[in-house]
Amino acid sequence: MTEAVTLTINGRPVRVPGGTVVAVALALAGESRFRRSVAGHPRGPLCGMGVCFECCVTIDGRPHCRSCQTLCAEGMEVRTDD
Amino acid sequence: MTNESFRFEVVVVGAGPAGLAAACAAAECGRRTAVLDATPWLGGQIWRGQETKSDSGSAKRWLTRLHAAGAVVVRQTAVVATLRPGVLLAESPEGPREFGWEKLILTIGARELFLPFPGWTLPGVVGIGGLQVLVKAGWPLAGKKVVLAGSGPLLFAAAAEYRAAGADIVIIAEQTNWAKLIRFGLTLPRLAPGKLFQAAMYKTALLRVPYRPGCWVTSAQGVDGLESVTLRSARKTWTERCDYLAAGFGLLPSLELPRLLGCRLEDGAATVNDRQESSQAGVYIAGEPTGIGGEGRALVEGLIAGFAAAGRPERAERLFRRRRRTWAFSRAMDQAFALRDEVKNLADPETLICRCEDVTRRELEKYCDWRSAKLQTRCGMGPCQGRICGGAVEKLFGWEAESNRPPVFPVKIATLREPGSGPGGASE
Repeated sequence: MTEAVTLTINGRPVRVPGGTVVAVALALAGESRFRRSVAGHPRGPLCGMGVCFECCVTIDGRPHCRSCQTLCAEGMEVRTDD
Repeated sequence: MTNESFRFEVVVVGAGPAGLAAACAAAECGRRTAVLDATPWLGGQIWRGQETKSDSGSAKRWLTRLHAAGAVVVRQTAVVATLRPGVLLAESPEGPREFGWEKLILTIGARELFLPFPGWTLPGVVGIGGLQVLVKAGWPLAGKKVVLAGSGPLLFAAAAEYRAAGADIVIIAEQTNWAKLIRFGLTLPRLAPGKLFQAAMYKTALLRVPYRPGCWVTSAQGVDGLESVTLRSARKTWTERCDYLAAGFGLLPSLELPRLLGCRLEDGAATVNDRQESSQAGVYIAGEPTGIGGEGRALVEGLIAGFAAAGRPERAERLFRRRRRTWAFSRAMDQAFALRDEVKNLADPETLICRCEDVTRRELEKYCDWRSAKLQTRCGMGPCQGRICGGAVEKLFGWEAESNRPPVFPVKIATLREPGSGPGGASE
Protein backbone atom coordinates (compact mmCIF):
# COMPACT_ATOMS: atom_id res chain seq x y z
CA MET A 1 0.00 0.00 0.00
CA THR A 2 1.28 3.44 -0.92
CA GLU A 3 1.15 6.36 1.50
CA ALA A 4 -2.18 7.85 2.62
CA VAL A 5 -3.41 10.93 0.77
CA THR A 6 -5.68 13.79 1.79
CA LEU A 7 -8.31 15.08 -0.57
CA THR A 8 -11.12 17.56 -0.16
CA ILE A 9 -14.64 16.26 -0.58
CA ASN A 10 -17.32 18.95 -0.76
CA GLY A 11 -15.01 21.27 1.15
CA ARG A 12 -14.18 18.71 3.85
CA PRO A 13 -10.68 17.19 4.14
CA VAL A 14 -10.69 13.37 4.02
CA ARG A 15 -7.67 11.10 4.48
CA VAL A 16 -7.70 7.79 2.59
CA PRO A 17 -5.20 5.00 1.92
CA GLY A 18 -3.05 5.52 -1.18
CA GLY A 19 -4.28 3.71 -4.27
CA THR A 20 -7.93 4.31 -3.33
CA VAL A 21 -10.32 5.30 -6.11
CA VAL A 22 -12.36 8.49 -5.65
CA ALA A 23 -15.66 6.54 -5.50
CA VAL A 24 -14.44 4.64 -2.46
CA ALA A 25 -13.15 7.83 -0.84
CA LEU A 26 -16.64 9.31 -1.28
CA ALA A 27 -18.24 6.27 0.38
CA LEU A 28 -15.72 6.45 3.23
CA ALA A 29 -16.70 10.11 3.66
CA GLY A 30 -20.36 9.07 3.89
CA GLU A 31 -21.48 10.47 0.54
CA SER A 32 -24.11 8.43 -1.30
CA ARG A 33 -25.40 10.91 -3.91
CA PHE A 34 -22.67 11.23 -6.48
CA ARG A 35 -24.48 13.15 -9.20
CA ARG A 36 -27.85 14.49 -10.32
CA SER A 37 -29.40 13.00 -13.45
CA VAL A 38 -30.65 15.22 -16.30
CA ALA A 39 -34.08 15.27 -14.61
CA GLY A 40 -32.52 16.01 -11.19
CA HIS A 41 -32.69 12.56 -9.58
CA PRO A 42 -29.91 11.50 -7.19
CA ARG A 43 -27.56 8.80 -8.50
CA GLY A 44 -24.70 6.68 -7.19
CA PRO A 45 -22.32 4.09 -8.62
CA LEU A 46 -23.88 1.18 -10.52
CA CYS A 47 -21.34 -0.78 -12.54
CA GLY A 48 -18.14 -0.06 -10.61
CA MET A 49 -16.09 -0.58 -13.75
CA GLY A 50 -16.27 2.63 -15.73
CA VAL A 51 -19.12 1.75 -18.06
CA CYS A 52 -22.27 3.39 -16.65
CA PHE A 53 -21.08 6.94 -15.85
CA GLU A 54 -23.43 7.06 -12.82
CA CYS A 55 -20.57 7.77 -10.39
CA CYS A 56 -19.45 10.93 -12.21
CA VAL A 57 -18.30 13.80 -9.99
CA THR A 58 -16.38 17.03 -10.41
CA ILE A 59 -12.65 16.58 -9.79
CA ASP A 60 -10.37 19.62 -9.58
CA GLY A 61 -13.01 21.63 -11.40
CA ARG A 62 -13.39 19.14 -14.23
CA PRO A 63 -16.98 17.84 -14.43
CA HIS A 64 -18.14 14.33 -15.45
CA CYS A 65 -15.14 12.41 -14.10
CA ARG A 66 -15.81 8.74 -13.40
CA SER A 67 -14.98 8.42 -9.70
CA CYS A 68 -14.67 4.61 -9.88
CA GLN A 69 -11.82 4.88 -12.40
CA THR A 70 -9.93 7.79 -10.86
CA LEU A 71 -7.21 7.23 -8.29
CA CYS A 72 -7.12 9.67 -5.36
CA ALA A 73 -4.24 12.12 -5.36
CA GLU A 74 -2.89 14.46 -2.68
CA GLY A 75 -4.81 17.73 -2.61
CA MET A 76 -7.51 16.61 -5.04
CA GLU A 77 -10.77 18.57 -4.81
CA VAL A 78 -13.93 16.55 -5.33
CA ARG A 79 -17.48 17.86 -5.57
CA THR A 80 -20.58 15.66 -5.72
CA ASP A 81 -24.24 16.24 -6.47
CA ASP A 82 -23.66 18.45 -9.53
CA MET B 1 4.35 8.70 -38.55
CA THR B 2 3.86 11.13 -35.73
CA ASN B 3 5.74 10.98 -32.46
CA GLU B 4 2.61 9.78 -30.68
CA SER B 5 2.29 6.56 -32.58
CA PHE B 6 3.54 3.10 -31.73
CA ARG B 7 3.80 -0.03 -33.83
CA PHE B 8 3.58 -3.60 -32.62
CA GLU B 9 3.34 -6.96 -34.28
CA VAL B 10 0.54 -7.95 -31.89
CA VAL B 11 -1.74 -5.52 -30.05
CA VAL B 12 -3.99 -6.95 -27.32
CA VAL B 13 -6.90 -4.77 -26.18
CA GLY B 14 -8.00 -5.52 -22.60
CA ALA B 15 -5.81 -6.87 -19.80
CA GLY B 16 -8.19 -9.31 -18.10
CA PRO B 17 -7.43 -13.04 -18.00
CA ALA B 18 -7.94 -13.52 -21.76
CA GLY B 19 -5.76 -10.52 -22.61
CA LEU B 20 -2.97 -11.49 -20.24
CA ALA B 21 -2.93 -15.04 -21.63
CA ALA B 22 -2.95 -13.78 -25.23
CA ALA B 23 -0.15 -11.28 -24.56
CA CYS B 24 1.94 -13.96 -22.79
CA ALA B 25 1.52 -16.40 -25.67
CA ALA B 26 2.35 -13.88 -28.39
CA ALA B 27 5.30 -12.35 -26.54
CA GLU B 28 6.73 -15.75 -25.60
CA CYS B 29 6.73 -16.59 -29.32
CA GLY B 30 8.98 -13.57 -29.83
CA ARG B 31 6.40 -11.20 -31.24
CA ARG B 32 6.65 -7.52 -30.32
CA THR B 33 3.47 -7.34 -28.25
CA ALA B 34 1.56 -4.62 -26.42
CA VAL B 35 -1.38 -5.08 -24.09
CA LEU B 36 -3.63 -2.03 -23.60
CA ASP B 37 -6.12 -1.48 -20.82
CA ALA B 38 -8.50 1.40 -20.19
CA THR B 39 -7.98 1.23 -16.42
CA PRO B 40 -4.89 1.88 -14.29
CA TRP B 41 -4.90 -1.83 -13.34
CA LEU B 42 -4.07 -5.21 -14.83
CA GLY B 43 -6.23 -8.31 -14.42
CA GLY B 44 -9.59 -7.01 -15.60
CA GLN B 45 -12.57 -6.94 -13.26
CA ILE B 46 -12.16 -10.50 -12.02
CA TRP B 47 -8.59 -10.03 -10.82
CA ARG B 48 -9.04 -6.45 -9.71
CA GLY B 49 -6.52 -5.50 -7.05
CA GLN B 50 -4.47 -8.67 -7.55
CA GLU B 51 -1.39 -6.74 -8.67
CA THR B 52 -0.86 -5.60 -5.10
CA LYS B 53 -2.80 -8.15 -3.02
CA SER B 54 -2.29 -11.41 -4.88
CA ASP B 55 -4.62 -13.68 -2.96
CA SER B 56 -5.48 -15.44 -6.23
CA GLY B 57 -2.68 -17.82 -7.19
CA SER B 58 -3.84 -17.82 -10.78
CA ALA B 59 -3.70 -14.02 -11.11
CA LYS B 60 -0.24 -13.91 -9.58
CA ARG B 61 1.08 -16.60 -11.96
CA TRP B 62 -0.24 -14.84 -15.04
CA LEU B 63 0.99 -11.40 -14.01
CA THR B 64 4.45 -12.81 -13.32
CA ARG B 65 4.42 -14.66 -16.64
CA LEU B 66 3.38 -11.48 -18.49
CA HIS B 67 6.29 -9.48 -17.10
CA ALA B 68 8.71 -12.32 -17.86
CA ALA B 69 7.37 -12.59 -21.42
CA GLY B 70 8.29 -8.96 -22.06
CA ALA B 71 5.00 -7.67 -23.43
CA VAL B 72 4.66 -3.89 -23.27
CA VAL B 73 1.92 -2.91 -20.80
CA VAL B 74 -0.02 0.27 -21.59
CA ARG B 75 -2.41 1.39 -18.85
CA GLN B 76 -5.20 3.99 -18.74
CA THR B 77 -5.43 3.83 -22.49
CA ALA B 78 -8.87 3.34 -24.02
CA VAL B 79 -9.23 2.41 -27.67
CA VAL B 80 -11.89 4.68 -29.14
CA ALA B 81 -11.67 4.31 -32.90
CA THR B 82 -9.81 2.83 -35.80
CA LEU B 83 -8.07 5.48 -37.88
CA ARG B 84 -7.31 3.36 -40.92
CA PRO B 85 -6.77 -0.36 -41.45
CA GLY B 86 -4.22 -1.59 -38.92
CA VAL B 87 -4.17 1.55 -36.78
CA LEU B 88 -6.13 2.14 -33.58
CA LEU B 89 -6.74 5.50 -31.97
CA ALA B 90 -6.63 5.47 -28.18
CA GLU B 91 -6.98 8.06 -25.47
CA SER B 92 -4.53 8.19 -22.58
CA PRO B 93 -4.04 10.78 -19.80
CA GLU B 94 -1.06 12.11 -21.76
CA GLY B 95 -3.12 12.58 -24.87
CA PRO B 96 -4.14 10.66 -27.98
CA ARG B 97 -2.09 7.67 -29.03
CA GLU B 98 -1.95 5.64 -32.23
CA PHE B 99 -1.26 1.93 -32.12
CA GLY B 100 -0.33 0.18 -35.34
CA TRP B 101 -0.87 -3.59 -35.39
CA GLU B 102 -0.22 -6.52 -37.68
CA LYS B 103 -2.42 -8.81 -35.60
CA LEU B 104 -5.06 -7.52 -33.23
CA ILE B 105 -6.48 -9.50 -30.30
CA LEU B 106 -9.67 -8.18 -28.71
CA THR B 107 -10.11 -9.36 -25.14
CA ILE B 108 -12.48 -6.67 -23.96
CA GLY B 109 -14.50 -8.82 -21.58
CA ALA B 110 -18.08 -8.36 -20.55
CA ARG B 111 -20.25 -6.17 -18.42
CA GLU B 112 -23.24 -6.89 -16.22
CA LEU B 113 -26.72 -7.19 -17.63
CA PHE B 114 -29.00 -4.81 -15.76
CA LEU B 115 -32.75 -5.22 -16.10
CA PRO B 116 -34.77 -2.17 -15.09
CA PHE B 117 -37.37 -2.34 -12.29
CA PRO B 118 -39.11 0.46 -10.40
CA GLY B 119 -36.53 2.14 -8.16
CA TRP B 120 -33.43 0.70 -9.84
CA THR B 121 -31.91 4.16 -10.27
CA LEU B 122 -31.79 4.91 -6.52
CA PRO B 123 -28.32 5.33 -4.99
CA GLY B 124 -27.66 2.07 -3.14
CA VAL B 125 -28.83 -0.12 -6.02
CA VAL B 126 -25.54 -1.41 -7.42
CA GLY B 127 -24.49 -4.17 -9.79
CA ILE B 128 -23.54 -7.47 -8.17
CA GLY B 129 -20.15 -7.43 -9.85
CA GLY B 130 -20.12 -3.64 -9.50
CA LEU B 131 -20.34 -3.81 -5.72
CA GLN B 132 -17.79 -6.63 -5.74
CA VAL B 133 -15.30 -4.46 -7.62
CA LEU B 134 -15.97 -1.53 -5.28
CA VAL B 135 -15.55 -3.72 -2.20
CA LYS B 136 -12.24 -4.99 -3.59
CA ALA B 137 -11.23 -1.35 -3.89
CA GLY B 138 -12.13 -0.70 -0.24
CA TRP B 139 -15.81 0.35 -0.31
CA PRO B 140 -17.04 0.16 3.32
CA LEU B 141 -19.72 -2.53 3.86
CA ALA B 142 -19.22 -3.34 7.56
CA GLY B 143 -22.59 -3.66 9.29
CA LYS B 144 -24.52 -2.84 6.11
CA LYS B 145 -27.58 -4.88 5.18
CA VAL B 146 -27.23 -6.20 1.62
CA VAL B 147 -29.81 -7.95 -0.56
CA LEU B 148 -28.50 -9.78 -3.66
CA ALA B 149 -30.95 -10.33 -6.50
CA GLY B 150 -30.31 -11.63 -9.97
CA SER B 151 -28.91 -14.74 -11.52
CA GLY B 152 -25.80 -16.78 -12.05
CA PRO B 153 -22.76 -18.11 -10.26
CA LEU B 154 -21.53 -14.60 -9.51
CA LEU B 155 -24.14 -14.41 -6.72
CA PHE B 156 -22.22 -16.91 -4.56
CA ALA B 157 -18.81 -15.40 -5.03
CA ALA B 158 -20.15 -11.88 -4.49
CA ALA B 159 -22.07 -12.80 -1.34
CA ALA B 160 -18.98 -14.43 0.15
CA GLU B 161 -16.94 -11.34 -0.66
CA TYR B 162 -19.49 -8.88 0.81
CA ARG B 163 -19.68 -11.04 3.88
CA ALA B 164 -15.92 -11.04 4.27
CA ALA B 165 -16.09 -7.22 4.17
CA GLY B 166 -18.47 -7.32 7.13
CA ALA B 167 -21.83 -7.05 5.35
CA ASP B 168 -24.98 -8.58 6.75
CA ILE B 169 -26.43 -10.59 3.83
CA VAL B 170 -30.23 -10.42 4.09
CA ILE B 171 -31.01 -12.81 1.24
CA ILE B 172 -29.68 -14.04 -2.09
CA ALA B 173 -32.59 -14.06 -4.55
CA GLU B 174 -31.75 -16.28 -7.55
CA GLN B 175 -34.35 -16.01 -10.29
CA THR B 176 -33.86 -19.49 -11.70
CA ASN B 177 -35.61 -22.44 -10.08
CA TRP B 178 -34.39 -25.36 -7.94
CA ALA B 179 -34.93 -27.95 -10.69
CA LYS B 180 -32.54 -26.17 -13.08
CA LEU B 181 -30.01 -25.56 -10.32
CA ILE B 182 -30.00 -29.22 -9.32
CA ARG B 183 -29.52 -30.32 -12.92
CA PHE B 184 -26.64 -27.83 -13.16
CA GLY B 185 -25.17 -29.12 -9.90
CA LEU B 186 -25.24 -32.68 -11.22
CA THR B 187 -23.30 -31.75 -14.38
CA LEU B 188 -20.65 -29.77 -12.49
CA PRO B 189 -18.26 -32.57 -11.56
CA ARG B 190 -17.82 -33.37 -15.27
CA LEU B 191 -16.95 -29.79 -16.20
CA ALA B 192 -13.59 -28.12 -15.96
CA PRO B 193 -14.44 -25.04 -13.89
CA GLY B 194 -17.15 -26.95 -12.02
CA LYS B 195 -14.99 -27.49 -8.96
CA LEU B 196 -14.40 -23.80 -8.45
CA PHE B 197 -18.10 -23.18 -8.65
CA GLN B 198 -18.87 -25.97 -6.20
CA ALA B 199 -16.36 -24.52 -3.78
CA ALA B 200 -18.13 -21.17 -3.97
CA MET B 201 -21.48 -22.86 -3.30
CA TYR B 202 -20.16 -24.69 -0.26
CA LYS B 203 -18.57 -21.54 1.05
CA THR B 204 -21.91 -19.74 0.79
CA ALA B 205 -23.67 -22.62 2.53
CA LEU B 206 -21.09 -22.60 5.32
CA LEU B 207 -21.66 -18.90 5.82
CA ARG B 208 -25.37 -19.69 6.38
CA VAL B 209 -26.42 -17.09 3.86
CA PRO B 210 -30.08 -17.49 2.91
CA TYR B 211 -30.08 -18.56 -0.74
CA ARG B 212 -33.49 -18.53 -2.37
CA PRO B 213 -33.95 -19.84 -5.91
CA GLY B 214 -37.17 -19.01 -7.74
CA CYS B 215 -37.14 -15.54 -6.25
CA TRP B 216 -36.58 -12.13 -7.81
CA VAL B 217 -36.71 -8.38 -7.11
CA THR B 218 -39.79 -6.47 -8.29
CA SER B 219 -39.01 -2.98 -6.98
CA ALA B 220 -36.75 -0.86 -4.81
CA GLN B 221 -38.02 1.90 -2.54
CA GLY B 222 -36.47 5.01 -1.03
CA VAL B 223 -36.45 8.80 -1.26
CA ASP B 224 -32.90 10.03 -1.78
CA GLY B 225 -31.42 6.56 -1.55
CA LEU B 226 -32.38 2.92 -1.15
CA GLU B 227 -34.43 1.98 1.93
CA SER B 228 -36.11 -1.31 1.05
CA VAL B 229 -36.54 -3.92 -1.65
CA THR B 230 -39.63 -5.87 -2.65
CA LEU B 231 -39.09 -9.50 -3.64
CA ARG B 232 -41.38 -12.07 -5.19
CA SER B 233 -41.48 -15.84 -5.41
CA ALA B 234 -44.16 -18.16 -6.77
CA ARG B 235 -45.91 -18.07 -3.41
CA LYS B 236 -45.50 -14.61 -1.96
CA THR B 237 -44.40 -11.01 -2.26
CA TRP B 238 -42.59 -9.35 0.62
CA THR B 239 -40.36 -6.40 1.48
CA GLU B 240 -36.90 -6.38 3.08
CA ARG B 241 -35.19 -3.33 4.53
CA CYS B 242 -31.60 -2.94 3.38
CA ASP B 243 -28.75 -0.48 2.75
CA TYR B 244 -27.68 -1.97 -0.58
CA LEU B 245 -29.32 -4.00 -3.30
CA ALA B 246 -26.77 -5.79 -5.45
CA ALA B 247 -28.61 -6.61 -8.66
CA GLY B 248 -27.37 -8.23 -11.85
CA PHE B 249 -28.79 -10.76 -14.26
CA GLY B 250 -25.67 -12.28 -15.74
CA LEU B 251 -23.04 -10.90 -18.10
CA LEU B 252 -23.20 -9.34 -21.54
CA PRO B 253 -20.26 -9.61 -23.95
CA SER B 254 -18.70 -6.25 -24.81
CA LEU B 255 -19.04 -5.98 -28.58
CA GLU B 256 -18.47 -2.32 -29.41
CA LEU B 257 -14.96 -2.84 -30.81
CA PRO B 258 -15.73 -6.06 -32.77
CA ARG B 259 -18.76 -4.27 -34.24
CA LEU B 260 -16.70 -1.19 -35.09
CA LEU B 261 -14.14 -3.37 -36.87
CA GLY B 262 -16.84 -5.14 -38.86
CA CYS B 263 -16.45 -8.54 -37.18
CA ARG B 264 -19.37 -10.89 -37.65
CA LEU B 265 -21.62 -11.33 -34.62
CA GLU B 266 -24.25 -13.93 -33.93
CA ASP B 267 -26.69 -14.34 -31.03
CA GLY B 268 -25.10 -11.54 -29.06
CA ALA B 269 -21.51 -12.82 -29.32
CA ALA B 270 -18.60 -12.52 -31.75
CA THR B 271 -18.15 -15.37 -34.24
CA VAL B 272 -14.64 -16.82 -34.43
CA ASN B 273 -12.98 -19.82 -36.10
CA ASP B 274 -11.10 -22.51 -34.18
CA ARG B 275 -8.05 -20.23 -33.95
CA GLN B 276 -10.17 -17.48 -32.36
CA GLU B 277 -9.90 -15.40 -35.55
CA SER B 278 -12.95 -13.28 -36.36
CA SER B 279 -14.49 -12.74 -39.79
CA GLN B 280 -11.95 -9.90 -40.20
CA ALA B 281 -8.57 -11.36 -41.14
CA GLY B 282 -5.93 -10.67 -38.50
CA VAL B 283 -8.47 -9.72 -35.83
CA TYR B 284 -8.72 -12.33 -33.07
CA ILE B 285 -11.29 -12.34 -30.27
CA ALA B 286 -11.04 -14.31 -27.02
CA GLY B 287 -12.89 -14.62 -23.73
CA GLU B 288 -16.32 -13.24 -22.88
CA PRO B 289 -17.00 -11.47 -26.24
CA THR B 290 -17.20 -14.92 -27.89
CA GLY B 291 -19.62 -16.18 -25.22
CA ILE B 292 -19.74 -15.95 -21.43
CA GLY B 293 -17.58 -18.62 -19.84
CA GLY B 294 -15.57 -17.06 -17.04
CA GLU B 295 -11.90 -17.21 -16.21
CA GLY B 296 -11.15 -20.76 -17.45
CA ARG B 297 -12.54 -20.17 -20.90
CA ALA B 298 -10.97 -16.73 -21.14
CA LEU B 299 -7.50 -18.04 -20.33
CA VAL B 300 -7.52 -20.92 -22.82
CA GLU B 301 -9.07 -18.83 -25.60
CA GLY B 302 -6.55 -16.08 -24.89
CA LEU B 303 -3.64 -18.49 -25.22
CA ILE B 304 -5.04 -19.93 -28.47
CA ALA B 305 -5.52 -16.43 -29.91
CA GLY B 306 -2.01 -15.40 -28.83
CA PHE B 307 -0.32 -18.46 -30.37
CA ALA B 308 -2.40 -18.21 -33.55
CA ALA B 309 -1.65 -14.49 -33.93
CA ALA B 310 2.05 -15.24 -33.40
CA GLY B 311 1.96 -17.73 -36.28
CA ARG B 312 2.25 -20.82 -34.08
CA PRO B 313 -0.99 -22.69 -34.84
CA GLU B 314 0.44 -26.03 -33.66
CA ARG B 315 0.78 -24.63 -30.15
CA ALA B 316 -2.79 -23.34 -30.34
CA GLU B 317 -4.11 -26.71 -31.48
CA ARG B 318 -2.79 -28.46 -28.40
CA LEU B 319 -5.26 -26.41 -26.35
CA PHE B 320 -8.42 -27.22 -28.30
CA ARG B 321 -9.46 -30.07 -25.98
CA ARG B 322 -9.15 -27.91 -22.92
CA ARG B 323 -11.18 -25.21 -24.62
CA ARG B 324 -13.99 -27.63 -25.51
CA ARG B 325 -14.47 -28.48 -21.83
CA THR B 326 -14.88 -24.81 -20.95
CA TRP B 327 -17.52 -24.49 -23.68
CA ALA B 328 -19.50 -27.27 -22.01
CA PHE B 329 -19.47 -25.23 -18.80
CA SER B 330 -20.77 -22.19 -20.74
CA ARG B 331 -23.65 -24.20 -22.18
CA ALA B 332 -24.59 -25.61 -18.79
CA MET B 333 -24.60 -22.09 -17.33
CA ASP B 334 -26.75 -20.72 -20.13
CA GLN B 335 -29.35 -23.40 -19.50
CA ALA B 336 -29.29 -23.20 -15.73
CA PHE B 337 -29.53 -19.42 -15.51
CA ALA B 338 -31.78 -18.64 -18.49
CA LEU B 339 -33.89 -15.64 -17.55
CA ARG B 340 -37.56 -16.12 -16.72
CA ASP B 341 -39.95 -13.85 -18.61
CA GLU B 342 -41.06 -12.06 -15.43
CA VAL B 343 -37.62 -10.52 -14.83
CA LYS B 344 -37.35 -9.22 -18.39
CA ASN B 345 -40.51 -7.24 -17.86
CA LEU B 346 -40.25 -5.67 -14.41
CA ALA B 347 -40.27 -2.04 -15.57
CA ASP B 348 -43.55 -0.17 -15.21
CA PRO B 349 -44.50 2.68 -17.59
CA GLU B 350 -42.76 5.30 -15.43
CA THR B 351 -39.56 3.29 -14.85
CA LEU B 352 -36.49 4.92 -16.37
CA ILE B 353 -34.87 2.67 -18.95
CA CYS B 354 -32.13 5.01 -20.13
CA ARG B 355 -30.37 6.27 -17.02
CA CYS B 356 -28.15 8.77 -18.85
CA GLU B 357 -31.01 10.65 -20.50
CA ASP B 358 -33.83 9.75 -18.07
CA VAL B 359 -36.12 8.11 -20.65
CA THR B 360 -39.08 6.12 -19.32
CA ARG B 361 -40.54 2.91 -20.66
CA ARG B 362 -43.74 4.81 -21.59
CA GLU B 363 -41.78 7.14 -23.89
CA LEU B 364 -39.93 4.25 -25.55
CA GLU B 365 -43.04 2.21 -26.22
CA LYS B 366 -44.08 4.73 -28.88
CA TYR B 367 -41.31 3.45 -31.19
CA CYS B 368 -40.78 0.19 -33.02
CA ASP B 369 -36.99 0.04 -33.12
CA TRP B 370 -34.03 1.40 -31.20
CA ARG B 371 -32.90 3.66 -34.00
CA SER B 372 -36.10 5.70 -34.06
CA ALA B 373 -36.35 5.62 -30.27
CA LYS B 374 -32.80 6.98 -30.10
CA LEU B 375 -33.48 9.77 -32.55
CA GLN B 376 -36.66 10.86 -30.81
CA THR B 377 -35.89 10.27 -27.12
CA ARG B 378 -32.05 10.19 -26.94
CA CYS B 379 -32.30 6.71 -25.32
CA GLY B 380 -28.81 5.22 -25.48
CA MET B 381 -27.21 8.48 -26.63
CA GLY B 382 -25.79 9.56 -23.27
CA PRO B 383 -22.26 8.99 -21.99
CA CYS B 384 -22.69 5.20 -21.52
CA GLN B 385 -23.59 5.01 -25.22
CA GLY B 386 -26.27 2.39 -24.60
CA ARG B 387 -24.00 0.04 -22.65
CA ILE B 388 -26.51 -0.09 -19.77
CA CYS B 389 -29.88 0.38 -21.50
CA GLY B 390 -28.88 -1.69 -24.55
CA GLY B 391 -29.29 -5.00 -22.75
CA ALA B 392 -32.52 -3.77 -21.20
CA VAL B 393 -34.21 -2.69 -24.46
CA GLU B 394 -33.15 -5.95 -26.08
CA LYS B 395 -34.88 -7.96 -23.34
CA LEU B 396 -37.88 -5.60 -23.09
CA PHE B 397 -38.59 -4.89 -26.74
CA GLY B 398 -36.29 -7.18 -28.73
CA TRP B 399 -34.35 -4.15 -30.07
CA GLU B 400 -30.77 -4.81 -31.07
CA ALA B 401 -27.82 -2.49 -31.57
CA GLU B 402 -27.13 -2.24 -35.29
CA SER B 403 -23.81 -0.53 -35.54
CA ASN B 404 -21.21 1.34 -33.56
CA ARG B 405 -19.91 4.65 -34.74
CA PRO B 406 -16.58 5.96 -33.56
CA PRO B 407 -15.62 7.05 -31.00
CA VAL B 408 -16.90 3.98 -29.11
CA PHE B 409 -16.24 5.74 -25.82
CA PRO B 410 -16.64 9.40 -24.78
CA VAL B 411 -13.39 11.21 -25.56
CA LYS B 412 -11.89 14.65 -25.28
CA ILE B 413 -12.24 16.73 -28.41
CA ALA B 414 -8.44 16.99 -28.49
CA THR B 415 -8.21 13.24 -29.08
CA LEU B 416 -10.16 13.60 -32.29
CA ARG B 417 -8.09 16.42 -33.72
CA GLU B 418 -5.91 15.66 -36.68
CA PRO B 419 -3.55 13.06 -35.23
CA GLY B 420 -0.01 14.31 -35.06
CA SER B 421 -0.93 17.93 -34.60
CA GLY B 422 -0.96 17.62 -30.83
CA PRO B 423 1.88 18.11 -28.40
CA GLY B 424 4.64 15.53 -28.57
CA GLY B 425 4.54 12.44 -26.41
CA ALA B 426 6.96 9.60 -25.92
CA SER B 427 8.31 8.32 -29.17
CA GLU B 428 9.08 4.80 -30.14
